[in-house]
Amino acid sequence: MLVAVNVLSTCMFQIQFVLLISRQGKVRLTKWYSPYTQKERSKVILVYKRYASLYFCMCIDQDDNELEVLEIIHHFVEILDRYFGSVCELDLIFNFHKAYYVLDEILIAGELQESSKKTVARLIAAQDSLVETAKEQASSISNIIAQATK
Amino acid sequence: MASPSLMETLFQRGLDDIIKGVRHQQSSTESIFISRVIEEIRREIKSTDLQTKSTALQKLTYLNSIHFIDMSWASFHAIECISSPAFSHKKIGYLAISQSFSESTPVILLISNQLRKDLKSGNEFEVSLALDCLSRIGTVDLCRDLASEVFILMSSSKVFIRKKAIGVVLRLFEKYPDAVRVCFKKLVESLEGSDSPIVSAVVGVFCELSAKDPRSYLPLAPEFYRILVDSKNNWVLIKVLKIFVKLAPLEPRLAKRLVEPICDHMRKTGAKSLVFECIRTVVTSFTEYESAMKLAAAKIREFLMEDDPNLKYLGLHAISIMAPKHLWAVLENKDVVIQSLSDEDPNIKLESLRLVMAMASESNLMETCRVLVNYALKSDPDFCNEILGSILSTCCQNVYEVIIDFDWYVSLLGEMSRIPNCKKGEEIENQLIDIGMRVKDVRPELVRIARDLLIDPALLGNPFLHRLLSAAAWVCGEYVEFSRNPVELMEALLQPRTSLLPSSIRTVYMQSAFKILIFCMHSYFLQKEDMTSEVSDLASKRECSESSDLATGKALVQSDQDEGFNPRESNQSFEYPSVVDTGDGQSSTPTFMEKKSLMHESIVNLLNLMELVLSPLSGSLDVEIQERACNVLGFIELVQQEFSNPLIQKEANLDREEVIASRVVEWVHDGFTEELGPVSVTAQDRVPIPDELVLKENLTDLEAICGGVELPAPGSFSLTSPYYGESAVFSVSNLQAEEDSEPSTESTSLLTEHRKRHELYYLPSEKNKIPANDYPPANDPSSSINTNDATEDLVKLADQSLVSKRKPNHAKPRPVVVKLEEGEAAPVVSKKPELKDDLLSGAIHDILLGNEAKAASSQSNPFDKSSSKRKGKAKHVDLLDSKENLAVGEQPNHENPSSRRSKHRGDGKQKSKKSKGKKNGDGREDDGEKESQKIRDHHGRHKSRQRADAPINVVPQTPDIPDYLL
Repeated sequence: MLVAVNVLSTCMFQIQFVLLISRQGKVRLTKWYSPYTQKERSKVILVYKRYASLYFCMCIDQDDNELEVLEIIHHFVEILDRYFGSVCELDLIFNFHKAYYVLDEILIAGELQESSKKTVARLIAAQDSLVETAKEQASSISNIIAQATK
Repeated sequence: MASPSLMETLFQRGLDDIIKGVRHQQSSTESIFISRVIEEIRREIKSTDLQTKSTALQKLTYLNSIHFIDMSWASFHAIECISSPAFSHKKIGYLAISQSFSESTPVILLISNQLRKDLKSGNEFEVSLALDCLSRIGTVDLCRDLASEVFILMSSSKVFIRKKAIGVVLRLFEKYPDAVRVCFKKLVESLEGSDSPIVSAVVGVFCELSAKDPRSYLPLAPEFYRILVDSKNNWVLIKVLKIFVKLAPLEPRLAKRLVEPICDHMRKTGAKSLVFECIRTVVTSFTEYESAMKLAAAKIREFLMEDDPNLKYLGLHAISIMAPKHLWAVLENKDVVIQSLSDEDPNIKLESLRLVMAMASESNLMETCRVLVNYALKSDPDFCNEILGSILSTCCQNVYEVIIDFDWYVSLLGEMSRIPNCKKGEEIENQLIDIGMRVKDVRPELVRIARDLLIDPALLGNPFLHRLLSAAAWVCGEYVEFSRNPVELMEALLQPRTSLLPSSIRTVYMQSAFKILIFCMHSYFLQKEDMTSEVSDLASKRECSESSDLATGKALVQSDQDEGFNPRESNQSFEYPSVVDTGDGQSSTPTFMEKKSLMHESIVNLLNLMELVLSPLSGSLDVEIQERACNVLGFIELVQQEFSNPLIQKEANLDREEVIASRVVEWVHDGFTEELGPVSVTAQDRVPIPDELVLKENLTDLEAICGGVELPAPGSFSLTSPYYGESAVFSVSNLQAEEDSEPSTESTSLLTEHRKRHELYYLPSEKNKIPANDYPPANDPSSSINTNDATEDLVKLADQSLVSKRKPNHAKPRPVVVKLEEGEAAPVVSKKPELKDDLLSGAIHDILLGNEAKAASSQSNPFDKSSSKRKGKAKHVDLLDSKENLAVGEQPNHENPSSRRSKHRGDGKQKSKKSKGKKNGDGREDDGEKESQKIRDHHGRHKSRQRADAPINVVPQTPDIPDYLL
């Protein structure tokens, strides 16, 4: 689905923002790539696609390829799906930060950076394990005791 | 100290608890819950324990991104988190920073060191976090400080890091253009290979960069070409195509090479996105390659046949890109286009509407409009107005080029204004008036349509139509001579519901009513004169006391004229009767005039009606209404006496009174019958500058002042009168008699132009300058006295613009439409060439001064794919290009292979560099310097990058210049 809207923007990046909205109109994720501070009116295109109860929106310039962005959206969804194991809205609600991390591996500065799902999955898993290790350390009893007796 | 921290750590609510908590709240209690949580977070985030702190920060980030809670106060805590040694804290901290920091965050500089540390970290994921963060929040300072770190990472052994570093380069270049010096070479080198993620990232970067300033990337065309041919990655291919769309106009030879591979992709690929990108590339850039266009059209056809509305939309969109030059593409798909008008998707409907309008031509316009108006009736309000808007704009293009039958068009306008959802009152208003002034033959029909609009009280209730009604009122007043029943018009204009109108429009109504009154009275007097002359000429036996009265009155008028009071009037009084008489036989429309049915009582009734309606308005709070009402009432008072009680005063002073009345009416009528015509927007331009006039050299400071009075759309015109017709213009035959006058003098057009721009500030009285639309002058009896000089000038002026060889009414051939020569025809286009000229001359100037002469013409093939491709890269910008190109300072330098690409940002630095580079360009004058500098400044916005040749590289370039000039 493509919608042309007027938004304030001046942007050097392909994708200006990513938005996930639920069917009830609740925002589930927002990520801005373009600085919306020095504004200039221009026509942009909002590309969105609905997966189950979630609308995935990305905002692009007029002369960008809408179909390509639809593919990026689909790519994102597939990776989320693989990561969460058939993703649903609740997954994204309770793991909002993880959704951001996944997005960060797919897009950088508004550009697609990784087109391989496998690679993204591998990178995310590696980072997760790092986080877990760090957490375990932090929450280990000895650590808490060390904290307490500091 | 320790125990609260410990307690918090052990009993802190986690992110999940918060999320669950929020979800369990009713919408009414949600904000209370959240503010309680925020309080909690504020406490926890101050904790010395990083675990507690980071969890609090994570909760806050959640609330910020989902519930838009302000988290700017926590920015320092976020920095604390990223400095934690634990990866999990870092990650939370970086997420918070990416989400919440902006240029204006006060503590943003504090993260500079931490970012550097992380960029240098041995842990690739920490590096990745820092890169992600930098790509999102990088400010000028941050980008400057960290450019070298990013550069190092661009050579990282890990693909994962390298591609992120390349992604960050985009932000780096945008914020800190000098980073180009460091990173550009590396970036270009990364183009090697064709399918790695690195290439994908680099192509993405170049795609964005080339959108801003394509010329600088022209030398890389061979690399992109190689990728276009070799790459299997659709994403990369799409981006490369985008780059080529930008490059193709700059280098004509590119197209020939590109067409084949692009068509190849179009045929082979299964990916719709790539097909679409190919189509778009072809239809925008390679329109002259017929086979490619045919292939693209075939692919578009496939899109149109798809069920997916997206593809259908894009197909229509692609056709509309083709439409201006290749109408066949639209016609081929006519069926689909028409069908799509009733599609449920609004974008598809709009797109197909555009195409339908593109297909409209003289021959099918009526049919098309009929179909569209029917669609409009059925559509939702938005689309209905889209349809109406596009009909209006198509029909008025190039001064109603496509319209042959204006009677039809005017009635279409009437029909459109009655469509319930119509919100185009303003545009219809403009066109009604415009057509009235331009097309004489349509006026009778126009008045009829306007009358139908005016007498419909229902329309007054729709605010969107008010503007339109004001046009109708104006038309009725201005061309009342074509009306069948002025009294009816008068009643319509004075109906009680006019109180619903805004005051600005009400004044138009009042003025029009006044015009009609004058017209009626004038024709009444004429009738009587007619009768009296008959009486005197034929020595009729008629014993009408009134007419004998009039005869005396007539004598008085003549005695007045004998004194040389107004020579013109004497002519009229003799000629009028005959004109009217012959007019009867000639004209095919029985206008009111010819029926001669004005009775004395009807005039009295009119006067009474006006007085009745306007009296309350003389106390109106709106000054315009009040003034007009008072003027009209004053006039009525002046003439009313003898009209209201003629029988009583028949004998004595009535004669005098009536003479005064008829003379006043005559004057005012003279004023009103002056014809209004369009004035060219460019009239001013045609005035030659007098020799002795010294113009200030630099008028830029005026721009600020004049900006406010800029004329609206091109093709617009004002309602001032360039056409001061003779005062006796009321019958068709007479109108035609006026066609020949001499061409205008410049001074008049200058005057008219000025008047047009500053309409509001002109006093109308001085020269009896004729009613403008919104501010007709009050009836000023003295005003017609000294009109003659001005009249002549204006007649001349008008004639220049009236190319009128009109045929008698109702002949089907297209009526004459008054056009104002070049000025009006293409005002839109005229803007651009001028600009180009300026810049072009600037470019030539520069070249002559030996500044920018760079590229040695085609000595090497840009597509040389052999190992020497680097050499070829920089060398195929030819003279032609650099001349055509607007960006003077932008020609790529003829670089050494080692220095590769570079760019510039046009100011001080650039200048110094240039002068360094062109030491031999000593002939450079201050003027030229200034000139080119200005141009560069003008474009400075688009070019944020700095050409970064190291001085060493600059020196060897200079020998190229003479070569180039040959």
